[in-house]
Order: sequence, then structure tokens, then C-alpha cells
Amino acid sequence: MQEKYDVAIVGAGPAGISAACVLADNGINAVVFERGEFPGAKNISGGVLYGHDLARIIPDFSQKNCPIERNIVESRIWYLSRDGGYSVSYRDKAFESQRRYNVFTVGRAKFDRWFADQASQKGALVVCGTVVTDLLRDENGRVTGVRTDRPDGDLNAKVVLLADGINSPLAAKTGFRQEPSPSHVALAVKEVIDLPEEVIDQRFNISSGNGVTIEILGSITSGMNGVAVIYTNRKSLSLCIGANLADFATKKIKPYEMLEIFKTHPMAAPLIKGGKPAEYMAHWLAEAGFENIPKLYGNGYLIAGDSGMLFNTLHREGSNMAMVSGAFAAQTIIDAIRKNDFSRSSLKNYESRLQNSFIFDDLKKYRRFNPFLAHHPEIFTSLPEAMGFAAREMLTVDGTPKKKKQKKIWKNLRKNHSLSALLRLMWDGYRSV
Amino acid sequence: MHIICCLKQVPDTAQVKIDPETNTLVRAGIESILNPFDLVAIEQAVRIKENHGGTITVITMGPPQASSILRQAISLGVDDVVLLSDRAFAGADTLATSYTLAMAIIKLGNNIPVDLVLCGKQAIDGDTAQTGPGIATRLKYTQLTYVSSIQWIDPENRKIQVERKVDGGVETVLGDLPALLTVELELAKPRRASLPSLIASLKAPVPIWDAKAIEAVETLVGIKGSPTWVRKISSPAPRQGGPKFRAGTDPDKAVAQCLEVLFSDSTFFSNFKLTGGRNSDVEKF
Repeated sequence: MQEKYDVAIVGAGPAGISAACVLADNGINAVVFERGEFPGAKNISGGVLYGHDLARIIPDFSQKNCPIERNIVESRIWYLSRDGGYSVSYRDKAFESQRRYNVFTVGRAKFDRWFADQASQKGALVVCGTVVTDLLRDENGRVTGVRTDRPDGDLNAKVVLLADGINSPLAAKTGFRQEPSPSHVALAVKEVIDLPEEVIDQRFNISSGNGVTIEILGSITSGMNGVAVIYTNRKSLSLCIGANLADFATKKIKPYEMLEIFKTHPMAAPLIKGGKPAEYMAHWLAEAGFENIPKLYGNGYLIAGDSGMLFNTLHREGSNMAMVSGAFAAQTIIDAIRKNDFSRSSLKNYESRLQNSFIFDDLKKYRRFNPFLAHHPEIFTSLPEAMGFAAREMLTVDGTPKKKKQKKIWKNLRKNHSLSALLRLMWDGYRSV
Repeated sequence: MHIICCLKQVPDTAQVKIDPETNTLVRAGIESILNPFDLVAIEQAVRIKENHGGTITVITMGPPQASSILRQAISLGVDDVVLLSDRAFAGADTLATSYTLAMAIIKLGNNIPVDLVLCGKQAIDGDTAQTGPGIATRLKYTQLTYVSSIQWIDPENRKIQVERKVDGGVETVLGDLPALLTVELELAKPRRASLPSLIASLKAPVPIWDAKAIEAVETLVGIKGSPTWVRKISSPAPRQGGPKFRAGTDPDKAVAQCLEVLFSDSTFFSNFKLTGGRNSDVEKF
């Protein structure tokens, strides 16, 4: 027996569930397949979400028991050398009140489950513990449904939305998206460290329910093109660190070793002191950039979220791009159902929707950012040390005239960086953001 | 054949820890699952139905969230489900639970007479293995516990023959229907739900019966009907490791040292429950 649905969605992450919500709101019967035992069981991200984009799907999310960990009121950026670091931070009262839930942290196991429950309540069908192993196609190659790993597991659908994330065996098998090359993904590891709520409040100087995010660059990624973060959850901290997969392959550095070194850094260690490691996980981040976004639609199918490489490294935006692209895909599908046309030309609207949104704008704007980091390894190697040296010298009171110190600092900086290299770094950096 | 399976939703005890300060189970954040023994009961019921025809009804007593295990049962091929849910049922021990389930089975039997009740051998949270026998006793059904194999069922002559696990072996028992079986894990390997029945299970309604619906006496259900009180839960002290003998350079010496330590311990043999022939082997040794 073959079941028949309007839409089959692969993956109950932010992209798939957003699409399911929009479709269900419009009375279209959609079925979402999730390989995990429940939505969120297998999903990983840093854990930051944006209220604006969630509100497009669930306008009153904060009144619907959305499992928010902490409302972010302060953003910090650290630039770290081996033994020290610079910190810039900005906190605003607006983020506590009128702009509350502009940014907040979530645990994906709880959030994704809640999000999927919202979709189910709207009428979408979420089928867990089921892996989509292949796509069904007609004689012309048009996608006509999905094949799952269950007995009697084929399901026909007018259109299939692939929202199965960055690491998708399905994409590789069906050829709708090339397997990402190592330089196009970052490998990040995350450790969740349990701490009492009051201790976190104290260490980050925040009131209950509010939180801080820290984005970290520098020599912390062992000279590789990468980034680390610390996010506050209600009763835990998320520590993530990652770098370009190609860099890991060349340098033969183990991600968990990098994480352990990160945990001992004088800026990070006091924040996690006494904490109990509760979870450890790893994930790929799409870093291919604008030029490498695959074709996101075709006859009978669409691709959304990480699966379509929609990810903004610099602004840690992945889940929100997934949500927005999922919603766009759903709107495109709604139009297609009205026209009863699921061909490539009918689904082309999806691309226009993305083009007219912040997603393509931002991905285009920052298309030079990843190459910038890749072409300037000094950002992760010699520069943080030289910067650290500079601050340490200037702050050390030892009777040396300041002019002499400045000369020493400049000489140290020039040791590893020519003037033209520094100018190029500044110019490229300016152009990339 | 009308087969009834009794299910229990349990915390995934692979994850349950005991809070050392309060001596209670830490259940926060622990996933609830269908008791694995009950899953075997469902599988066996579906197999009997495939061979003999009939209908399967599955019941559980629990909070509204327990409907998820009933849906799981539907996805595996059962026909009807009933959730026994009432605030009055809360806090039940095995006496009150078996009463409540038995009352529900009596009601289900009013429509189609019951031939067989299948329960898991025990639940993995309490490990009491009392609820199944409790139901059988109340209903005066043939009671067959620890069933590892069903040899045959003869619905016409109302007979069943099973193998049940006993200390040191297997016992073959012939009994009359209606019978209640509590089942071992090896009885039947659960199948994977097909996609159509999984989808159907997600849409299926779950009827709820309260104490009134099963005509239960108020003082016999829930905490009022439960004479058992848990006074204390304690975890055994972690075992201390024994001495170690390095076998690297001189294994003979290490073995000799090891045996010396073992045999000088007067409680060594009494730590093992050895029976029959094996005991004499030890004596010879």
C-alpha cells in the first residue's frame, strides 16, 4: 500500500518544521520524516536562536512554553592569544525589555521537540524513527515521493522538501547536492557543562533568565581557521570550538584536544570552574559560501536549510536561515499546489524569494569572509600573539618609557608581519564584512 | 481469539540514577519508553492473531502522556487501545494496579470474551513481577509466568502449552484458556512497524477510561488501594576492586598468588550459588 500526501519533508529540524507549520497553517497535508527517536534527538547547533525569525512561524512562541534557556542581553567578542586576550562587549537594557528574545539560547533536544509539537498541533504529521533512504522518481526523473527504511515504506507526495541537514547521505545518494568538500565545512565540537543557575548569573554578572554569548577568535583554534564560542544556558554553559575541516586534515589536530586546551585558557577556565561535563557532541557547519550553494529546487523537490548550505558563519546564523528558507519553500509549495504544477519552473519562485530576502543578501555580502580568513592564517597564528605582546607590554609598569615600549611592540609585530601584509589584512578584512 | 496486552510506560532505566542525598530516583529529563518486556508481549499477541485470527486490545494505566506507548502498540498491529487514566489511579502499588487492570479486562470481556492476557515478565523500573500474577489471581485465569516459548494454542479445546523458565531449566506446562502469560524477552523478537501502520498510529484516537468507566471501587485503586509504602531506596555501595597481580613477566607466579588470595578467603565459595553436579566439581577441585 502506498500512502499519498501533498508534501513529504525530510528532516524535523528548524527548516523542515518551519515548512510543516506554514503548510499546516494553510491546510496542506504534510508529513515530516525524522530519523531520530524524537525531533531534536540528533540535532546539534551552538544553541542560539533569533526571535524575529521564530515569530514568523510561531508569533506567540514566548507564551507557548517555548523552552528558552536564556534571553541574551550581552554579546562579547574575544580575541585570544595563548595566555591572554582582548574582550569587547556590548550590553543593552533594550534586550531585557522591549527587544526581549531578540536573541536567546535553546537546547536543541528540547526546542526541536517543542517546535515539532507546534507543527503537529497545527495538523502536520511528524513521523519519527524513520530514515528516508531514497527518493521516488517517475520515468522523467521527476521526484514523486520518498522511500523509507520501514517495511512498506514508500510514500508518494506531490513535492518533496529536503531539509535533512549538512551531513546528508540522501543528498549524496540522489546527487541533488554534492558531498561537501573538506574546505567547505567546519567541524565543530561542543561540550555542555552543568553549573548551578546562580553561579552562571554571578560569573556573567547577569540577572536571572538573561544571558551572554561570547564569540572567540585567535590562537585558540591551534592556528587553524576557526572559531570558538561560549553560550549561557539556564543551568549550563555551551562551549563550542571548531575549524575548517581541511585544516584539521592538514594539521592532524584532534578537535577534542583543542576543546580541552580551550577549557584551560585563562579567559575561559574561571567561567567553567567546578562545572560538570554533561554532553559532548560534534557537528559540521556549512562554510561553502554563496558561490557554492547548490541548485535549491528541481522537478518535484526543494532544498532548505543546512542541506542547501544556507549558513552565515560570521553571524552564527544557521537555524534562522533554516527556518526562513523552510517557510519560503512552504510558500512556494502552496503556490505550486494552487497551480497544480510541481515542475522546476513552477518551483523557481523559491529562489526569487530567497534572493529578495536577507538570506541571499547576507550570504552575498559575506561571501568574501571565509576566503578572507582562509587567506590570512596570521589571524589565528602570529597576530594574536603579537597583539597579546602589545597589551602585556603596555600594561606592565616597569619604569620603561612608553615610547620605548611602543617601539618594541612595533618591532615585534613587524618581525612576522610586513607592512604591506598588515595593510592587505586590513583592506581585505574591511572588504569582507 | 481476544487477546489483551497490559503495558507500562517506564523511565528508560539505562539512564536512571539515584540521587545520593534524597535516595530517590532522578527522573527529570529521562525519556519514557514502553517496558521492553511488554513490547515482546505485543509482538507475541500479533503473531498469535496472524495464526489464529481474532482481535488484540492493549491497555495501560498511566497519565495522559502514556498514550504514546499505546500508539506504538497500534503501529505494531494491535486493533484497539484503552488508556486507564484518572487522578484516583495515581500512587498505585502492584495490588491496586492489578485490581485496576483486572477491572478493565472484565469490562473488555463483556464485549468479546477474553482468551489470553499477555504481560511483560516485569517492568524494568520496579522489577517486581507482581502485577501480571495479581491480575491472573483476581480473574482466576490460568497463570503462566516467565514464558519463554508458546508451543501451541488450541482455541477450540481451550488449551495452551508453553515453556516457562525455572531455576536451572525449562518447564513445559499445559493449561486451560483463558490464561495470563508473563513473557520473557526471548519469546519473540519485536518487529519494526510498517510505514502505513506507523502513520495510522499517529492519527488514531486513544480512548480514556476513568475509575467510573471500569466500575472500580474507590478505596481499591490508586494510593488508597495501595498498602505498600516505599520507606527507603538505597544504592549498593560500589564494589571495591581486589588486589591485582601482574602476569607480565611471571604468569605462573601471578596465578598462584591469585589462587592463594581467593582460597584464603573463607567466604569465597559461599559467594557462589552452585547447584547439582557443578558443586561436586568444585569439591573435587
